[in-house]
Amino acid sequence: MGEVLAQAWAVARKDLVLEFRTRTALVSAVVFAALVLTVFNFGRDPTAVPTIDLAPTILWVTFTFAAMLAMNRAFQLELENQALEGLLASPLSRTGLYWGKLVANLVFVAVVEAVGLPLFVLFFDVPVGRVLAPLVGVIALATLGFVAVGTLFSALVMRTRFAELLLVVILLPFLVPPLIGAVQVTARLFGGRPLSESVGYLKLLAAYDIVFVSLASFLFRFTVDE
Amino acid sequence: MLSAEGLRHTFGEGRGQVVALDDVSFTLTSGQTLAIFGPNGAGKTTLLKVLAGLIRPQAGSVRIAGGRRAIGWIGHETHLYEHLTVRENLLFWASLYGMPAPRRGPRAAEVLGRLGLGDRADRPVWSLSRGLAQRASIAKALIHDPSVLLLDEPFTGLDLAAAAELRVLLGELRGRGAGGGGRVLVLATHNVDEGVELATDVAFQRRGRFVHLAPLGGRGPSEIAEAYRRAVEQRTGGVTDG
Repeated sequence: MGEVLAQAWAVARKDLVLEFRTRTALVSAVVFAALVLTVFNFGRDPTAVPTIDLAPTILWVTFTFAAMLAMNRAFQLELENQALEGLLASPLSRTGLYWGKLVANLVFVAVVEAVGLPLFVLFFDVPVGRVLAPLVGVIALATLGFVAVGTLFSALVMRTRFAELLLVVILLPFLVPPLIGAVQVTARLFGGRPLSESVGYLKLLAAYDIVFVSLASFLFRFTVDE
Repeated sequence: MLSAEGLRHTFGEGRGQVVALDDVSFTLTSGQTLAIFGPNGAGKTTLLKVLAGLIRPQAGSVRIAGGRRAIGWIGHETHLYEHLTVRENLLFWASLYGMPAPRRGPRAAEVLGRLGLGDRADRPVWSLSRGLAQRASIAKALIHDPSVLLLDEPFTGLDLAAAAELRVLLGELRGRGAGGGGRVLVLATHNVDEGVELATDVAFQRRGRFVHLAPLGGRGPSEIAEAYRRAVEQRTGGVTDG
């Protein structure tokens, strides 16, 4: 287990160094998040639907699509100079590779969310200060689930044509459960309701994380081995 | 020691099925270099991928003393990350092979020095010429001091000078393996001239079929090319790729 964790850390560290050196996917995802929030801000009629009712959905739609942009790059960078072939020929365990990619993706998405959340507050004037801690917890819980599935699927589609499009098409149906949970909990938090009202959805998010991190760790080898 | 026994692998099904490996068997010991010649699509890369553990064969087995950690893999792509420096690439690969952190830096410096890349160690890979990138790729393959080197068309894209330099380098590597002993080299190429200079053994491969001629015994490129043509004719009823 120690060796797998060390390998996972080596992969994650390498991915983070590469991304923060080139900033290609990160900048694209952050700009995308800002654009989506801008469009939502100017493309709605605030007198028709109260902002507070729309805000949770807007937040999670923005995070979801921005995260997809970030996740797409996870395995695309391994196709450069066929680095993946070298990884698979090395003693790197497939679980170590998956966990490394998962950690790197979580950091990317966390950065996108860390930039996106203040922009969201700025555009929609939602009072998140008093619910910041539970909100960050919900974001972390939901993000782990959909990044776990997204990392698996980005490996699955990496050798296909139109990988970016295919990832969105096959990933979105799997993101419905955590999105429903995240939107519901966020709506209750913004509405000033106690967290105890959201226990069912929090359990759903936790269960989704446990099931899909375990399942993806097991299934990953079948997506990369020939 | 590297041993392959009864390897068989096909791609596709029915009438479109392609036999990449058809009952391939051979054994190589330290200091031996096997050059595998064959036209494009003969199954050379598939064989190397099976030896490297990248493809699980449908039949047969591969035995390598030391297992997967004993393999160094050099493909026609470099397997290097363009936006990392040469040294960073080597340190990354060393960590994957379980090398203790304090040993990685000195080992990377040693390999880079041996391959003449010491003064380019801190340059990003994207800034290197094709020849230098190929050297860096070899440095990456050697970082864990493997006893078996698998080389898939390593001369692809190199100019004449760089290819000649690489041949000399590979000749040196054969004799200086892990723990001071010789290495096993398996070289796949469609160019007879390139392979003969390095090989102690040659094999011809076409449509998965494999003719192993060992040892090379002082035969030159023209004799090998003629033997290649004859071997292919025998195995395929007179049809050759020219």
